[in-house]
Amino acid sequence: MTAADRPRSIVEPRPFSRRLAAVVIVVYALVSAIPLLWIVATSFKTPEDAIAYPPKVFFTPSLEGYVNLFTARTRQTPEYLASLPPPETWYEELVRKRHMVITGPSRFAGRYLNSVIIGFGSTFFAVFLGTLAAYAFSRFRIPLADDLLFFILSTRMFPPVAVAIPIYLMYRKLGLTDSHLGMIILYTAVNLSLSVWLLKGFIDEIPKEYEEAAMVDGYTRLQAFRKVVLPQAAAGIAATAIFCLIFAWNEYAFALLLTSGLAQTAPPFIPNIIGEGGLDWPAVAAGTTLFLLPVMIFTIILRRHLLRGITFGALRR
Amino acid sequence: MNEALTPPEAQRAPSRSAGMPAGHRSGLSDRAVAWLFVAPTIALLLAINIFPLLWNIYLSFTNYKANAPHRPLRWLGLRNYERVLSNEDIWSSMQVTAHFVFWSILLQVLLGFSLAWLLNRRFRGSAFWTTVIVIPMMLSPAVVGVFWSYLFQPQAGIFNYIVNFFHDFGKFTMIGDPDLAPWAIVLVDTWMWTPFVMLICLAGLRAIPEYLYEAAEVDGASSWRQFWTITVPLVLPFLMLAVLFRAIENFKMFDMVVELTSGGPGSATELASIYLKREAFEKWRTGYSAALAVILFVTVFGVANIYVKLLNRVKQR
Repeated sequence: MTAADRPRSIVEPRPFSRRLAAVVIVVYALVSAIPLLWIVATSFKTPEDAIAYPPKVFFTPSLEGYVNLFTARTRQTPEYLASLPPPETWYEELVRKRHMVITGPSRFAGRYLNSVIIGFGSTFFAVFLGTLAAYAFSRFRIPLADDLLFFILSTRMFPPVAVAIPIYLMYRKLGLTDSHLGMIILYTAVNLSLSVWLLKGFIDEIPKEYEEAAMVDGYTRLQAFRKVVLPQAAAGIAATAIFCLIFAWNEYAFALLLTSGLAQTAPPFIPNIIGEGGLDWPAVAAGTTLFLLPVMIFTIILRRHLLRGITFGALRR
Repeated sequence: MNEALTPPEAQRAPSRSAGMPAGHRSGLSDRAVAWLFVAPTIALLLAINIFPLLWNIYLSFTNYKANAPHRPLRWLGLRNYERVLSNEDIWSSMQVTAHFVFWSILLQVLLGFSLAWLLNRRFRGSAFWTTVIVIPMMLSPAVVGVFWSYLFQPQAGIFNYIVNFFHDFGKFTMIGDPDLAPWAIVLVDTWMWTPFVMLICLAGLRAIPEYLYEAAEVDGASSWRQFWTITVPLVLPFLMLAVLFRAIENFKMFDMVVELTSGGPGSATELASIYLKREAFEKWRTGYSAALAVILFVTVFGVANIYVKLLNRVKQR
């Protein structure tokens, strides 16, 4: 900055530096968006276009990736295909062009559904228990409160693979391996740290005079909690729930080590979408797109609470 | 730890006053409510975190093999720990982990701080571009690993294409070359987590009161000097918080790297967690892996504690 032009507010950034900053930021944002845009684009490519060199920026969109993602297919001889009645649906036609027939649905939809069930289930319990605990930590004098809070947070610091060894053994004994219930309990426990810490921050912000006034009016403590605090904390609870949901949705290590079929979620499944001759990239990209889309939407919804969520409530804006 | 992470408002504990006058109203006493609210959380964490942890510690002194549960159990004392610490593979995986943690955090700090510094100028549209930049860090690391392995493909990958567009290196493979693979995981981690450091730095920058700059300006301090005497020291505690979070997360990194390189080629990207997974869930050396897991716990915990002490000292300055 030169001393030449210094009228206006002295700390206000000059228009030039502001414009330069804008250019750099926009360039970074666009470059960092390339991988995501590329994956979405790949999901609409044919397998040939997906491995073409040079990479194809312009291509004729195809839904083959999505069809392959949701179906299981087998290759057939031309004679057999000729003997079949003409395809009834557009996707059968698409598959038929590859000399294949659809033998049934793939396992992707089930894995996705598992992600939804386990995600929402564990989020519900983590937020429910977390709200109660956070309220207690926020409003009551609890012996060793700081140590307990630290203990709760520290459970999050353990490497998941290390935790998985005893959990694996314990679940095997209890018959919880590869079950929805087992995964819901596990993710609830993992998310509790985040939920308690975030919610404590949100509840701390609600003046306790509100409940006290309600209790003077004849509410019991529990009634005041339900009718005064909960509505006030609703936005914070919602934000916390979305963070818990995103974590459970994204989790991979426990899912990989503790589930194999019945309760397997989408993240360990997506990398194993195999076509003929290796990974079926358009189908993988289609699965990835469908899997990442909800998180992107939630990120936009959450943008005002992001800082709080990623720092366990240590920072807020 | 909690001192550093508890927001200042909470530390002052405005809510810790006695609550309501005793025996005020029918219903549960505050004490009962407090325990009722905290107990489920503590119970669940004890069951899912502490009990398995203790079991893990117990197993680490034995020759237990999870795939041969009926084999007679032998008490080995500290033999597993001796084996872990004298194993060269572990030291090499620790080196790989250190390389990964150091370089990814260094790049994220440099990039994240620069971006925050630019974003702090608040140009038109900066909120929108912030959201675009932030998206990668909310995605599932495993799925990110999957699609980056597609982008890194030597034949058709867009990463190679773009690099070759600027300088012709010919066909090369980021994840298949033992010299490049450690940088591939640093690159992807940086792509993912730079926004995390950026958001935290931005919060730090926005918390600096403007009058400090005004006063410095009046005193005739150059903008270079202002940067080093005001901006940097005041953002430092925030930056260190970001580094703490990233260091813990990257030390236990598993999902993204498993899907990107699965530790390879050879053991070029075999991080501590990946090594542990091989020993525990592929070779089924449960007792031995349990010892390694304990060592990892203690390391994370110890480093985090030292770091938090440091952080508090910086904060007090």
